[in-house]
Amino acid sequence: MREKAKLLDKDGIKNAVIRISHEIIEKNKDTENLVIIGIRNRGEYLAHRIAESIENIVKSRIPVGILDITLYRDDLTEVAEQPVLKETIISFDITGKRLVLVDDVLFTGRTIRCAMDQLIDFGRPRVIQLAVLIDRGHRELPIKADYVGKNVPTSLNEVIEVKLAEVDDRDEVIICEK
Amino acid sequence: MTEMKLSYAKNSEVAGVADKNTTVWTKKDLLGLEYLSKEEIELILDDAESFKEVLARPLRKVPTLRGKTIVNLFYEPSTRTRISFELAAKRLSADVINIVKEGSSIQKGETLIDTGRNLEALKADIIVVRHNCSGAAMMLSRALNISVVNAGDGWHEHPTQALLDIFTLREKLKNIRGINVSIIGDIAHSRVARSNIWGLTKLGASVTVCAPKELIPSGIEKMKVKVTDSIDEAIKDADAINVLRMQFERDEAEAFPSKIEYFRTFGVTEERLKKAKKNIIVMHPGPINRGVEMAAEVADGANSVILEQVTNGIAIRMAVLYLVAHAKKGKLV
Repeated sequence: MREKAKLLDKDGIKNAVIRISHEIIEKNKDTENLVIIGIRNRGEYLAHRIAESIENIVKSRIPVGILDITLYRDDLTEVAEQPVLKETIISFDITGKRLVLVDDVLFTGRTIRCAMDQLIDFGRPRVIQLAVLIDRGHRELPIKADYVGKNVPTSLNEVIEVKLAEVDDRDEVIICEK
Repeated sequence: MTEMKLSYAKNSEVAGVADKNTTVWTKKDLLGLEYLSKEEIELILDDAESFKEVLARPLRKVPTLRGKTIVNLFYEPSTRTRISFELAAKRLSADVINIVKEGSSIQKGETLIDTGRNLEALKADIIVVRHNCSGAAMMLSRALNISVVNAGDGWHEHPTQALLDIFTLREKLKNIRGINVSIIGDIAHSRVARSNIWGLTKLGASVTVCAPKELIPSGIEKMKVKVTDSIDEAIKDADAINVLRMQFERDEAEAFPSKIEYFRTFGVTEERLKKAKKNIIVMHPGPINRGVEMAAEVADGANSVILEQVTNGIAIRMAVLYLVAHAKKGKLV
């Protein structure tokens, strides 16, 4: 894979997280009932960053959960790689909550479909909103993000790589060609 | 199909940092722990951890095996194992059919392979088989293209029981490498013992088997285990003991004239456990003969994890069904 361009650097990611956090507060005045759930793997770390950033502004705890969507995927027998199964950790009741779902990249929308199916098995949130760091287009399902760090028009033979310091060696988003 | 793959070439997975096991499961069947690598055993245990989390959810069900049909084909009586497999399949949203020897064509003389081929023709996806003959599961798996899971074959193996025993140990002790496990009881007739020995030794545990001399199969030392006929010796340094059911119905050697006699010589009692490590883990695959291989106070005591084993059994069987159903094609067993 050949790197084509850097879409976001460390500060770019930081600013996107701060802006998304402000937009979430603006849209959900009732932060009392706000919960944030990140989709494994990198959505998890972004969820924590967004929650922390909101906590700094509203000065109250925002519950964070982690969702592993593997068991809800619609392509388990067809995927090239066998996915690594991990735990879902949601230690609070999501019923009645204003829930913000977080992922790193929004692409076909199938991951978000899985995530919503799974969330609905956990309870009945008042509302589910979607926050993503990058929206690269090419939706295969009628799904739209409420909060977007950066919109990036892409072609199908391009790959977006999100690197986060929690699991990678640095914070950056790059676009590569296959 | 290429498009589907593309859809899921999720960016986060391309970079792929995984803190868990990344072994790829390629086997269509689970026949015994003898045939698995250390990494494959650990993959089942890791996945079972995730499935245990599913069992703690408000809705204890995931859609993973929706549309798949799983047949429980039981030639021997079983309560725990059959119900556990059935629950595991149902928690994964599969359809389950139970066939027991009584009231089926098995009684009219249909062979195992014919029954299996008919189930395959009926479009079953996985057969879970319990049979009184050693090697039955392997024979069936070779005759069929669909998955076969061994739920106990004769005196050979009972892999999911050993996996749930090891899972329970790992949960309690964090690590299997270096621990001392003693398996006490009728080793000669025990598929549970054999599967446990394979699994535990592959993961680096030190295993001792303890039984009356007549119930120790010849050549057992080749399985890298220590052998003793003293229960006190078996308990002394053990981090865990796995106490087997005394199978009087199979004891052709008549090694023991009576249950009372067995209890006196080999029964696990509170008195005997006083000489053990304080936190020794007491396991039993069930069903327990109270007052034969184990005193009631021990079975219900603070060191006993017997009921936790039962709960963990569902998670292990969910992991096994999930893995064989999604085995990466190309390299079959």
